[in-house]
Amino acid sequence: MNALIELKSVGMVFDTGKEQIRALEATDLSIDEGHFLAVVGPSGCGKSTLMRLLTGLTRASEGEIRIGDVTLDGPARDVGMAFQNASLMPWRTTLDNVLVSFEVSPHHRRAFARDRGPFVDQASSLLAEVGLSKFKDRFPWELSGGMQQRVNVCRSIVHAPRLVMLDEPFGALDAFTREALWAVMQRLWIERGFTAVLITHDLREAVYLSDEVIVMSARPGRIIHRQPIDLPRPRSLEMTYTDAFQGHVHMLREKIQTDQEMS
Amino acid sequence: MTDRTIERLMPWAVTIGFFVVWEICCRLFDLDVFILPAPSDIWREAIKFAPELAYHSAQTLYTTLAGFGLAVVVGVALGAAIGSSRLVYRGLYPVLIGFNSIPKVALVPILVIWFGIGTVPAILTAFVISFFPIAVNVATGLATIERDMTDVLRSLGASRRDILLKVGLPRSMPYLFASLKVAITLSFVGSVIAETVASNKGIGYLMLSASSNYNVPLVFAGLLVLALLGVVMYVAAAMLEMRTSAWAFRGSDVVS
Repeated sequence: MNALIELKSVGMVFDTGKEQIRALEATDLSIDEGHFLAVVGPSGCGKSTLMRLLTGLTRASEGEIRIGDVTLDGPARDVGMAFQNASLMPWRTTLDNVLVSFEVSPHHRRAFARDRGPFVDQASSLLAEVGLSKFKDRFPWELSGGMQQRVNVCRSIVHAPRLVMLDEPFGALDAFTREALWAVMQRLWIERGFTAVLITHDLREAVYLSDEVIVMSARPGRIIHRQPIDLPRPRSLEMTYTDAFQGHVHMLREKIQTDQEMS
Repeated sequence: MTDRTIERLMPWAVTIGFFVVWEICCRLFDLDVFILPAPSDIWREAIKFAPELAYHSAQTLYTTLAGFGLAVVVGVALGAAIGSSRLVYRGLYPVLIGFNSIPKVALVPILVIWFGIGTVPAILTAFVISFFPIAVNVATGLATIERDMTDVLRSLGASRRDILLKVGLPRSMPYLFASLKVAITLSFVGSVIAETVASNKGIGYLMLSASSNYNVPLVFAGLLVLALLGVVMYVAAAMLEMRTSAWAFRGSDVVS
């Protein structure tokens, strides 16, 4: 497997004018194509900073980030993103909210302007897959929180990006909805094979979804542990109660605990 | 009667009740028509001067709408510039605040020096008094886009222009239409002020000349026509708002 993303001693210092705050220590990291990586850690550990760096939304103060063969310089294009806040456009229907990815994507915008047809089909079948066929023409406020998050996820992957960044996308949902969406997420990832980076507070979520979990320390952020998750796929909710699964969760818990006690 | 019909009849009941109380007070205390004419006196005078009232209200309506139209064009352009560029915001905002603090009636004499009396100063007064709330509201709509939203679009590959067209402008529509309701009433005020000070046409002028002829009922008739026109324009703006940004009201049935 090839590395899709490569970070070479990437660090981040925020300059507030009065003082300099280091958010991220120089970090080396590579993420293989098609890999599902989860990032966990206490709040303020630079998880979100790491994500903004990876997508080029914030420029790193040191080091180099490469996606594919290009060195990142400005926002990475053609990356899908989903946040905790679904941030759908309230004046657009579910379908139109998903289609926006084609409308602005540098790879698809021309074809989309010529003929929406095939793109509407793609978006519709994706929505059908996550069980939202009936809600295609509804507006966001007519959907439940879980449905909005499904739309959000659809928008981030519909245009087949190479990289999908998920920043606690299920964080605000209730436990049942969240677990249901893990299964949806896993299925989409297996079918489509994109590279995914998931940022989360939920250790079970991290273990359930990812191939590898990295643990970050409190500010300044730094990677203190990497844990490959070798559980077979597809994973089920049943599996989360097995010893092997629990072992992973305990291990991660312990790493975060010791880091907190030390600081 | 259901609660809903009562609710619907309320505005009419209150309006009619207001005039009835007015009429009763005038008769009961035998008020002089020069001080406060009764609604019936006003109505009689309004019928007598109906052609004049119609002619002058058409003029007022024309200057109001012309000034309002100008205010929408300039206000939206200005608001878009301020809301989407920090630099423009920094530079222009203090100037705009200063300009907005000037009582607009003070501008009328200057406009008269430049354009003479009549239609043009009225249109311009209506314009200068009403573009500010439009510009501020559009700018607010643009400046308060959630960062998550722009982050999602930027990482998809959207340009600044894409974000302005696909998120910024649709998002600022409810702000714009909310401001139109305020702006249309303001531009009406501007028109009438200019007509009162410097014009030979319009309701403002009609009221001024009626009062110098001691025709107090006609002055009041002018006032009532103004109120009526104001309500009609406000409702038109409110209906436009409902139609164009229904999503912001989420299916509720408020018109205000």
